[in-house]
Amino acid sequence: MSTEEFSVIGKPLAKVDAWEKVVGAARYADDFFLPRMAYAKIRRSDHPHALIKRVDTTRAQALPGVYAVVTGRDFPAVKFGILPVSQDEEALCTDKVRMVGDPIAAVAAVDEETAEKAADLIDVEYEVLPPIMSVEEALAQDKVRIHEYGDGPNIHKAVAFEFGDVEEGFRQADLVREDVFFYQGNTHLPMEQHAAVAQWSPDGKLTLWSSTQTPHYVHRALAKTLQMPPAWIRVIAAPVGGGFGGKTDPFSHEIVVARLAQLTGRPVKIGLTREEVFYCHRGRHPVLMWIKTGVTKNGEILAMHCRSYVDGGAYGSYGVASLLYTGALQTVTYKVPRYKFEGVRAFTNKPPCGPKRGHGTPQPRYALECHLDKVAEQLRLDPAEMRRRIAVDEYTKTANHLTITTCGLRECIDRVVEASGWREKHRKLPYGKGVGFACSSYLTGAGLPIYWNDMPHSGAIVKVDRGGGVAILCGATEIGQGSDSVLTYVVAEQLGIDPKDIRVATADSDLTPVDLGSYSSRVTLMAGHAAAQAAERIRTLLHEAVAKKLEVAPAELVSRGGRVFVKDDPERGVSFAEAAVLGETMHGTLACTGSYTPPKRAGKFKGSGVGPSPCYSYTACVAEVSVDPDTGEVKVDRVWIAHDVGRALNPLLVEGQVEGSVYMGLGEALMEEQVFREGLHKIPSMLEYKSPTTLETPEIYTILVETVDPEGPFGAKEAGQGPLLPVPPAVANAVHDAVGARIDEVPISPEKVARALELKKQGKPARVGPERLPVFKFPEPVKVASAFGEAADPSVKRKTQG
Amino acid sequence: MMRLPPFTYLAPLSVGEAVRMMADHGPEAMFVAGGTDLYPNMKRRQFEPKVLVGLRGIRELVGVRGEATTGLVIGAGTTLTDVSEHPAVREHVPALAVAAGLVSTPPLRNMGTIGGNVCVDPRCNYYNQSYQWRRAIGFCMKKDGDICLVAPGSSRCWAVSSTDTAPVLWSLGARARLVGVGGERVVPVASLFKDDGIDYLAKARDEVLTEILLPPVDGLRCAYLKLRRRGSFDFPVLGVAVALSLDGGRVKTAKIVLGAVASQPREAVEAGALLVGERLTPALIAEVAGVAARPSKPLDNTDLTHPYRKKMTKVFVARALRRLAGLPDSPENEEEVA
Ligand SMILES: Cc1cc2nc3c(=O)[nH]c(=O)nc-3n(C[C@H](O)[C@H](O)[C@H](O)COP(=O)(O)OP(=O)(O)OC[C@H]3O[C@@H](n4cnc5c(N)ncnc54)[C@H](O)[C@@H]3O)c2cc1C
Ligand code: SF4
Repeated sequence: MSTEEFSVIGKPLAKVDAWEKVVGAARYADDFFLPRMAYAKIRRSDHPHALIKRVDTTRAQALPGVYAVVTGRDFPAVKFGILPVSQDEEALCTDKVRMVGDPIAAVAAVDEETAEKAADLIDVEYEVLPPIMSVEEALAQDKVRIHEYGDGPNIHKAVAFEFGDVEEGFRQADLVREDVFFYQGNTHLPMEQHAAVAQWSPDGKLTLWSSTQTPHYVHRALAKTLQMPPAWIRVIAAPVGGGFGGKTDPFSHEIVVARLAQLTGRPVKIGLTREEVFYCHRGRHPVLMWIKTGVTKNGEILAMHCRSYVDGGAYGSYGVASLLYTGALQTVTYKVPRYKFEGVRAFTNKPPCGPKRGHGTPQPRYALECHLDKVAEQLRLDPAEMRRRIAVDEYTKTANHLTITTCGLRECIDRVVEASGWREKHRKLPYGKGVGFACSSYLTGAGLPIYWNDMPHSGAIVKVDRGGGVAILCGATEIGQGSDSVLTYVVAEQLGIDPKDIRVATADSDLTPVDLGSYSSRVTLMAGHAAAQAAERIRTLLHEAVAKKLEVAPAELVSRGGRVFVKDDPERGVSFAEAAVLGETMHGTLACTGSYTPPKRAGKFKGSGVGPSPCYSYTACVAEVSVDPDTGEVKVDRVWIAHDVGRALNPLLVEGQVEGSVYMGLGEALMEEQVFREGLHKIPSMLEYKSPTTLETPEIYTILVETVDPEGPFGAKEAGQGPLLPVPPAVANAVHDAVGARIDEVPISPEKVARALELKKQGKPARVGPERLPVFKFPEPVKVASAFGEAADPSVKRKTQG
Repeated sequence: MMRLPPFTYLAPLSVGEAVRMMADHGPEAMFVAGGTDLYPNMKRRQFEPKVLVGLRGIRELVGVRGEATTGLVIGAGTTLTDVSEHPAVREHVPALAVAAGLVSTPPLRNMGTIGGNVCVDPRCNYYNQSYQWRRAIGFCMKKDGDICLVAPGSSRCWAVSSTDTAPVLWSLGARARLVGVGGERVVPVASLFKDDGIDYLAKARDEVLTEILLPPVDGLRCAYLKLRRRGSFDFPVLGVAVALSLDGGRVKTAKIVLGAVASQPREAVEAGALLVGERLTPALIAEVAGVAARPSKPLDNTDLTHPYRKKMTKVFVARALRRLAGLPDSPENEEEVA
């Protein structure tokens, strides 16, 4: 790796917050104890779908130790939601509940026990409505409606696009293949359960500490739902104990504690139970998918047509974006000259789905990669070789007008093929053992903001103290992924100082410039650019002052190793602390801002806003499995994964993200499922919602590929989500290689494998997966000329930096 | 977070004191040993005892005594970690060491005791849920309600016996010492259970399980296999314990006991009888496994589907017997090893 030119970038340093996390000193939201603090508890719905006839809080109010009880009527009648187009949630439901776990009333009391007791003493009368528990049911009927808005009864959104004439592509193809897949819903399962603490100051201002990935959106939601000027609200994201997309929406409990704190005149804390976290959800959408491709005999794709039937749950959340993501990134990995996508998201009476690591793309990735495995088998091609041949080219556009900059996919493929011994293993291992291949790509930050505006997506302030200490103030949110560390490395590199001399203050709406949040793999690129720019501006000021003192031109100076010195005469220079004094003497207080706005490269059609990104990461993966033919149990023995991260600002952190993604992907592939029975979440606990343990986690061989993308800070692209994507299909394809069974739906449970093998014994196709699709008429597609193969916009920088 | 209901904790130092305290407080009181089963259940309000009589301070309940040849004696308060790591247990009754070592997780095995494991509350995924969840679906008869949600027409509870060690102890022919206000008695582990998800122990409330008495091991071979989703944490959704003694290559005695397929461990009596006097051939094993699966009647109230658990009973019994016969797990690999 090319780290010579840098002092900090590319070095395997420990995270800046490693110590406090390791020794337990980090203060998570639930660790806040303020004087006179009260504890809140929410009374939630017992029914998946019902009208609220009456809420009687008398008994709760009478319980000693109770300070306040609120219902939906105690809030301004305004709804909220993360997307401007889906403002469909209430702080507390007033007239209707749409899932078991919907919030109805809340209590603040002297302690948690009393609050819980009081919550149970609230009497709720319901008029029960028939629940809708699946996308099929939702699309099949129009009598029962969950919401009064959307593109049809129980249809939140229906979309269709066609880029080029796909039918023409199918006509030219040597092989046209159709397959149907189902990707079961699953949840994030962060270790930390959501918690929030609200406090009102005597002058009527609100402070909220919360375990959130998006304090800026929480800030906006509080202002809206409490009808308060945003200037009087301060939102601070406490260190987050894992998010994975589960803490990117504003939540009812955050608004509720704010109101309870106002009413009681006390700080109010809420810590959700694990079961309540399952009700917050916003996890992976269950998606039923149909995919059709026309290919040449070499496996080159001539046209692709995908359909997604998306089970949204009870509310909108990010759903419109999630739905579009089930189609938008299908074109970024392989050359797809003609592309058609149709999708529908339905409302159901289950906890709302939203963005989980990979947001909307692991499902279609599963479909595409399993489908291509079948295509390769049918064409008698090596699946890795075939993928290599059809990988996209760098600096081109996709059919749906996305701009690709660097692409290390071919190198990723070569590296995992080599490392895993793919050629010696595929179709050659003994019965019960197999290898599977899959690739993917993912965005490095959404190109468009969630609410329409032309402001930067991220901002930072870098401030230099007279003693040489540096502070970074940035809205970015540390959720364990290492964003505080990345900001530190970038600034340390720019200023040539030791990372230890830097402090970061992040995610505080009073003190730090806005960053949109830790989602869509945007922080390293966007906040990284903002911090780099601020630091560069500071460096310019310092160099100007030092140049004057040393009587050289500023351009002759460099900052490195804690000094500012003449490049060609390193002896001549000053320490960074002296430079700070010189700088402040010359310029006054040393603080500079930086900000970042992504390039505007979306196509000119409605719905083009989801998919564009400054650049895309690429991944290739090989999974090796053992399948027990008697029990159907699948054991993943090894995973090789190569990830094009542009540049690893810290290879340790990138490897951590890759390994974490593999682990999470394996859970989705093999066991995790969000399932319901009689309208209730069947298994809302860490014991029964099966997620793999370290014992199920195989040896993971991570290979980092560096393409040094001109769009990223120091060339960096994303690493937090993309590496999850190829894992489930690689496992499915490996299961097929091992025992000849196609499991066309996740999770690939032992029962399904055993059933497929049973079918094989009976002489039937050894496949388990969805058999049919719901009847649904998609809207007429928006027809747009395919941009496939066009050169990237002139606005795209070509490798200049790094 | 979930909170424990309020209770008084009593800490007796002897079995006699514990029994008296229990008798004094009547139905309001419960014993607690490691608490790894009881405390989570209390948080979900499956139990709301006003008084807990803690057994952790009673020294006489802890430890493994005696010789394997005359019969090991395991104090009920011995932790699962200590049972699973005890050299004599590992050597002479490996199935017990395995079963104890497969319970939940290392931290829970450091707290959980073998006595508590034998007495573990039968489980059901309509029941091992929070109070609020149970209220939402409608309480069942095991706690707060009067119907069964798994078998709605049924007048009894079908919660699943989920102990890992009891099937093994049963297969070994172990006995249990119980001490209560009425005195002391020793009963076979096999008669410690009742096939009822609520009233699952054939012991008086005030009786403490003090010891497990293992029979002398003499040419005994035993095995335990556990079906669950993950390599840690998970309760069994099927357990198979087999104990055999051989005489000149022929089976002298045999017991096959199934766990987690009924409200108590269930002995596959007929299957065991088929083995006696015979050689452990692959063909016999296959036949016996089929017969052993018959009493396996799982219902839809645990992880994995019940038809699958039923199907796996046969596979697991065959595997356990094949292992004891020195055969590879699956008949398909037979030649490879032979
Ligand atoms: C996440 C998790 C996973 C688990 N996985 C498993 C598993 O895989 N297999 C399994 O078998 N168990 C499992 N358990 C249950 C439990 O941890 C073990 O069964 C453990 O051995 C119980 O022992 P204990 O001492 O903690 O019992 P306690 O919780 O103290 O007691 C359990 C019951 O036994 C009674 N009791 C305890 N000791 C005595 C005694 N000496 N005399 C009379 N009555 C007594 C108590 O009154 C109570 O009713 C799990 C628990 C959890 C929380
Ligand atoms: S078996 Fe029936 S009665 Fe027993 S716990 Fe389950 S639902 Fe309740």
